[in-house]
Formats: sequence, C-alpha cells, structure tokens
Amino acid sequence: MIERELTCQEFVELVTEYLEGIMPPDERTRFEAHLDDCPYCDSYLEQIRQTIRMLGRLSEETLDPAIKEEMLHRFRTWTSERP
Amino acid sequence: MSGNLQPIKPNESPASTNRAEMQLVAALRRGDEAAFATVVERYHRSLLCLARTFTPDTALAEELVQETWLALVRGLDRFEARSSLKTWLFHVLSYQAQRRIKREARTIPFSDLDGPTVDPGRFDPPGTEWAGHWSEALPDWEETPEERLLAAETMVCLDGLIATLPERQRQVIILRDIEGLSAADACSVLQIPDATQRLLLHRARARVREGLAAYVRGDEGGPA
Repeated sequence: MIERELTCQEFVELVTEYLEGIMPPDERTRFEAHLDDCPYCDSYLEQIRQTIRMLGRLSEETLDPAIKEEMLHRFRTWTSERP
Repeated sequence: MSGNLQPIKPNESPASTNRAEMQLVAALRRGDEAAFATVVERYHRSLLCLARTFTPDTALAEELVQETWLALVRGLDRFEARSSLKTWLFHVLSYQAQRRIKREARTIPFSDLDGPTVDPGRFDPPGTEWAGHWSEALPDWEETPEERLLAAETMVCLDGLIATLPERQRQVIILRDIEGLSAADACSVLQIPDATQRLLLHRARARVREGLAAYVRGDEGGPA
C-alpha cells in the first residue's frame, strides 16, 4: 500500500524526531522521500542543522575576576581544612 | 596552570575528553588551585545561564551557582565519574533550584507545547492544489557568506533569540544544543520526560531558526 506523501507542513514538524534518530523506518522513508523531492524542505532542514551548529559555538564570556577569586578563596579554605 | 592539565577541545573524541576530565578531577582532589580555576572559568557562565532560566532574580541565580561550586568543593571526595563533571554540575544546580525556588505550577504552560512551529500562513491552505506545501520559496542561507554567519554580531543575535524563548524551551535548548548534553541527561537534569523534552527542543529550535533567518535576510525583506 502506497502511503500518502508528506506535505511540507507535516515535514517541518518532524525534523526534530528525524535529527534525534528515533524515527521508525517507514516514517523515515517517507520523510527522506519528501526531502529528495522538495528543495524548500531540504533548505529548512539544513537551516535547523545550521542553527544547531551555531548554538554549539556560543562562546564563553570572560569570567568576572572577583567571582573567580572568591571561589578560589573557598577552595583554599576547603583544601586547608581537609584532614 | 599545572603543566599536566590538557584543555578539553570541543571536537575531541569522548575517550580523550574523559581522560582529560579524569585528570582534572584528580587535580581538584589534590587541592590544585589551577584546576579549580579552570573548572570555574569553564563552567560558571553555563551554570549562570541555566540558573537564570529557573529564576528572573539575578542575585538568586548567582547564589544558586555559588551553591553549586560549594557543593563541588564539599562533594569532591565523593564524586564518582559516572557522568561528566559538567552534567553533574547541572544536576546539582537543578537540585538547588528546586530546593530554593517554590514553583507556583508544576505544569508547563500550554503555549510552550502546543501549536504549529511554523506559521501556517507560510503554506498553501487546505482545499487548494498544493495544500500544506510552502507557498513561497524558502530563502536559503547558502548565499550568505560564511563569515557573516560566524560573525560576533550573529552570536549576539543568537544570544538575544535564546533570551526571548519561554523558560522551559530555553532550558532545553541550552542543555541540548549549547551545552551538548544528551537527551537522557537533559531529561534527568530538568526532571521532565523525554517526549516533553523533545517537544520543547523542537519548538525552541524552530523559533531560533526563524529569528536567525530574519537576521540573515537582514534588509533584504521577504519571508524568513
């Protein structure tokens, strides 16, 4: 039995399940078939991937030296009080 | 800084990351100050970022993080490397937050979980020939120079987008996509079931993508 193809509106709601790798095989086949057919959805998925990559790059700010100093002070205290 | 410590690079293999971390924990247990400074520098901002999703009170958020560092210092002798140090720190923070902050409602607001993630107006309406398909071309980002995408301003934009997310979505996207925790660890830190976590992540990512798309398009106008 041939299942109805996914619409784009359905596709966009499935991207996370797909990227998590938990889609059942039948659904994944349908999903990837739509991906092959639809350049816009292909773009959408790629943009989600790119968003994730960029999120992963959010870099650390410099730590306020006062906070660092205070934490170090507590660490010294702990170290010196240890049996 | 102690000459034996290896910095943990983002794309190192898990095995070498574990070794580096084991060294770090061992150094902490020896009372190595440089090791402690490393850990605080590495994770303080991340912890603060998550803490702020538990409370709008900045001072309280900072207190929660300080409590977490104290817990690390007190718990070092007992720390078992079953999870990564970072995941352990997030767990402690989450626990502190639950202890200190009374939640009015344990349920997640309906709006956080329900409804389409892309504006239905972007698709052809039901009853038309191409119902459910994109009405207009989705502008792709490949024409945008890579440098623009990686530029500092883009990161600032991204920061801003995260800040506008509903609290629960923000928590999940921070843990999963910014901090790189597994789904299982994120669920454990936030004490939510996997399906909920995935739904929150899905909605958060969709919103951030849309914001980024608008930013990338900039003054060119058109749909995001």
